[in-house]
This record gives sequence, C-alpha cells and structure tokens, in this order.
Amino acid sequence: MTQPLIEIRSAPHVQSAKTVETIMRNVVYSLLPICAFYVFQYGISALASIAVVTGACLLTERFFVRTGTQAGRLSDYSAVITGLLLALTLPPGFPLWMGAVAGIVAIALGKALFGGIGFNVFNPALVGRAFVQAAFPTAIATYTPSFLPGRFTEFIPSTLAWPLMIPADATAWLKAKNLDALAGATPLAKWKFDGVIANADELLTSLSGHMAVGPSPLLILLCGAYLASRRYMDWRIPLAVLGSAALTAWLLFAFDPARYPNPFFMLFSGGLILGAVYMATDMATSPVTPKGMWVYGALIGLLTVVIRYYSGLPEGVMYAILIANAASPLIEKITQPVPFGRGVLDRVKKRATYPLNPGYISREEASAVTPKKRFLPNKPKK
Amino acid sequence: MNTAQYKTWDEFMEGVWRQNPVFVMVLGMCPTLAVTVSAINAISMGVATLFVLVCSCGLVSLMRKLTPKEVRIAVYIVIIATFVTAVDYAIQAISLALYDALGAFIQLIVVNCIILGRAEAHAAKNPPIPAMVNAAGMGVGFTIGLLALGVVREILGAGTLFGVSLFGAGFQPWVIMVLPPGGFFVLGAWLLLFAWWARRRAGLPAKEATQHV
Repeated sequence: MTQPLIEIRSAPHVQSAKTVETIMRNVVYSLLPICAFYVFQYGISALASIAVVTGACLLTERFFVRTGTQAGRLSDYSAVITGLLLALTLPPGFPLWMGAVAGIVAIALGKALFGGIGFNVFNPALVGRAFVQAAFPTAIATYTPSFLPGRFTEFIPSTLAWPLMIPADATAWLKAKNLDALAGATPLAKWKFDGVIANADELLTSLSGHMAVGPSPLLILLCGAYLASRRYMDWRIPLAVLGSAALTAWLLFAFDPARYPNPFFMLFSGGLILGAVYMATDMATSPVTPKGMWVYGALIGLLTVVIRYYSGLPEGVMYAILIANAASPLIEKITQPVPFGRGVLDRVKKRATYPLNPGYISREEASAVTPKKRFLPNKPKK
Repeated sequence: MNTAQYKTWDEFMEGVWRQNPVFVMVLGMCPTLAVTVSAINAISMGVATLFVLVCSCGLVSLMRKLTPKEVRIAVYIVIIATFVTAVDYAIQAISLALYDALGAFIQLIVVNCIILGRAEAHAAKNPPIPAMVNAAGMGVGFTIGLLALGVVREILGAGTLFGVSLFGAGFQPWVIMVLPPGGFFVLGAWLLLFAWWARRRAGLPAKEATQHV
C-alpha cells in the first residue's frame, strides 16, 4: 500500500510571476525616457557619462559575482539601475574617469561589501555619489547650462579629462560660445549663494534653455507613476517624501516669505523628485511596513529641506536619503503592524477566552456526550 | 642556522608579519588613521613608536622582578611616558614641521595599546633580549602598517610619494583621501586584501557557502 505523499513547504505559498529580474527590468525601462531626455538636454557628454558610469558598475558587478563574493547575478539588472541613477545625479560634464570611480565605488563599497543584491544597507548609487562628492568637490559642483548649441557634436571640455588629472575649466569654453552671462550654477546654488529664485514652472519641465538642471521632474513623475501603477514601486514613499518636504517648506515660507523661497521651488529644484521617486524607493534600503514607509519618507523630506536651508550645502537630498537608509531598520522595528486578533493597543482582549472543554477534545469516545452549544462570554446580554 | 638564531628571527617576525599590530591585531588604530596622510608622517610615527616600544620593553623586562604585581601598570606607564617625552623633545628639535604635522599623536604614544600590551604580555615575563627583539618586531610591523596606509593616501590624496610629485602639476587630488573617511577606506581595503590572502593561503574558498532559505 502506498503512503499518500504530503508535500511540506515553507511560506510563501502564493507565488506571482513577479521576480526580482522583472521588477528591475521594468525600472530600467522606465529610466530610459529620462536618460534620453537628459541626453537631449546635454548632448554627447551626457551620453558618454551614462555609458561610462553604467559600464563601470556592470564591470565591477561582474568581477564580484564571478569571484563569488556577492549574491545575485549580472542579469538581474540591478547594477544597470545603479549606473543609470548615478549618472543622472552627476553633472553632465563630469570627467569620465571620475564617473568610472563613482561607479566602481558604488558597486564595490555600496553593494558587494554587504553581500550583493538585497543585502546593502545604503543605496549603492548614493554611496558612489557621496564618495565622489567628498573626493572631488569642485568637479561635482561644476554644471554647464543645458541646450547649448552644438551639444551633439562637441564634448563639454571637462568630460574628456585624462585619468587622475584636473578637468579643463569650462568657463573659457562657455565664453567662446558667448554664453558667459549664463553661469553654470544650479538653481539651488544660485538661490543659496546669490538669492535668485528660478520659476517653478520652468523647473518643472526643464525645457527652457540654458539652465543647469537635471532631467525634467515632470518626466520623472510620469515614469514613477507608471512604475507605481504596475506595482513595481510603492507609491507611499515618494508621496511621503514630497509631502513632507512641501509641508516643511510651506510652513517656513508662511513664517517668513522674505527669507525662505516658496515650496514649489523647493519641490522642483535639485534632485528631490529623482531622489523621491527612484532613490528613496530602493527596496533593499527602505522599510517594508506601510506605516514605516510614511515615517521614512517624511524623514527624508524633512531632512532635505533642513539641510538645504540651514547647512553650507545647496543640496541635501543625497545625505537625507542616506541618513534615512541608516534609520530604516529602526523605523521597521517600531512600526510593526498589529498581528491579526490583537487590539489596537496590542493587548489580548480580556474576555475573549475560549474555555478548554474535554467534550471538544474527545468527542469520539463512546461515553462522551455532545456538549451543549456554547456562546462566547462577550455576547451582548439581553 | 642554529636553533637559537632561528628562535630569535621567529620572535622578530612574529610582530612583523604573523601578529602584525595593524593588520592582524588591529591595535593602535588612533595613530594609524590619524597621521597617515603622507608616507613621511607614517614612517616618523612608526619609528617614534618603535623606539618607545623597544626601550620601554627592555626596561620593563629588566625591572620585572622588582615590580610589585599590584602597581605594575603604573610602573609601565611611567616608564613609557619617560621615553615618549624624550621622543617628543627629539622630534621637536629635529623637525618642527613634522612635530606640527604629528601634533598630539606623539604624546599619545603613551596610551598606545600596542606598547602597554607588549609590556604586559611579553616583556614582563621574558628576559630583556627576547623582549626587545619581540618589541622591535612589533614596532617594525606597526611601521609597515602605517607606511602601507600612508603611501596609498599620499599618492591619491596629493599625487606625491615622500614629497616627490608623481603625476605632474595637473593632478586632481582626491580630497577624501586626506580626510578621516579616506583613512577608514584605505585601512578597510588593506584588511580585506590581507584577509583574502590569508584565506587563499589556507586553501579556503573566498566565502563560505551561504544557505539562503
């Protein structure tokens, strides 16, 4: 007689077709329009920067996967995302060799050291950016205006610096183009150091010429909406980041409009939208509990505005996200959802007890009587 | 090579390689991270520590039978502090620039745990000659460790090695390398390299097979 087979498995029992690879591939798809727009803004320098940074990330990932010191596969697209995001946060004329350093550090220090995909504590792209920010503070603050004539035929001179050498100064190059009135400072730097506030609608589309801005926030929001609608990204985090940043900026603006810029400028300038949609939502480094996501996002938004207003730096998204990454295990711990059956106050209900009746247990015995129907003690009294 | 010579050499190499204070024991991290922004600083710090280490271990070993057990730490500290004061004045007399670069870390050799550790663990139990040989090995190992950090940080942070420019005038310095994070990164990279090499020599795989449940 054959024994019936009982298959014993651990959770999860419900499986879906969504794998890590699918999610990552879709994130890459959604990043492609943003990258294309970035190339349209800054020409072949931006294209070379994206290619070199992503290539450096992929080669580093391949090295660590091959030597067996890191989990994951090269084909899971996570290194591509890191590379693309890192390239988008760097200035378009960033020297290619520095971009390669950033890519290598991002994967090696930000990901491989922790054990590969899913084990990293900090967002790898931001680790790479923080490293080059500390190593090359001048180069990373040097922006050139967008939509320059001839951007598809000519590199920004600083792009092609020799490895380990100081990049060429872009000022003389801009002067030759008769564009010297347009200083290559980001809108945030202009606000911080010169007190000039750019229009929010110009910032939103990034289409008005000769501004030193990243890809259009509107486009990023659209691509993020696609990801959120396909459930490849949780909508709570970007909403919490932007909401908290807007609320903080609006409170300060209401308090002293002369000193603080309007909240729309805060929202659409710098890397806040890109950070909120693509960096803060990194699955390995953000909390999984729904309540925790709100707390985590709110922390990022608040820290961003505080760093922008009260520190020496014009931009604070990167450090805000890295700090929140570090806090995310703690946030997860204190925002555990209430288990099913427990009250809101996390106490077992006092009267919801189920008396243990021998009648229930040994009903099969010959002498056992079927117990009378019992009601729970907390049944409303007549 | 007879047995006695071999033992002496072994005693010396103990500190230089097998029990290297920086890379194996991970002791004396304060000067290791703080003063290694250039190779010259690293060597000076290493040699100063070497001198204090050898002299104080010799003296501790000579006095090991006179020292009451209850006050031995105080005795060690007094002995070490004496030599540190001598080194402090000597460096100030030889090069004021170096003295300024090393700053408080020369005086802080007193509390360097390598020295107190050697005095307590080795010199207090052995005759003067083996104690000094062991201390010299530790000092040389410490100097090698500092130099390994200093060379990398100077090349990347300033483009020079022992003050000689390597890449010409157009070199882009990596600011982070002369800041404290650079010290941590370079130390971590060296530790990683030595750990990897040690595992490789022992014939172990680079990583234990992890069971992902």
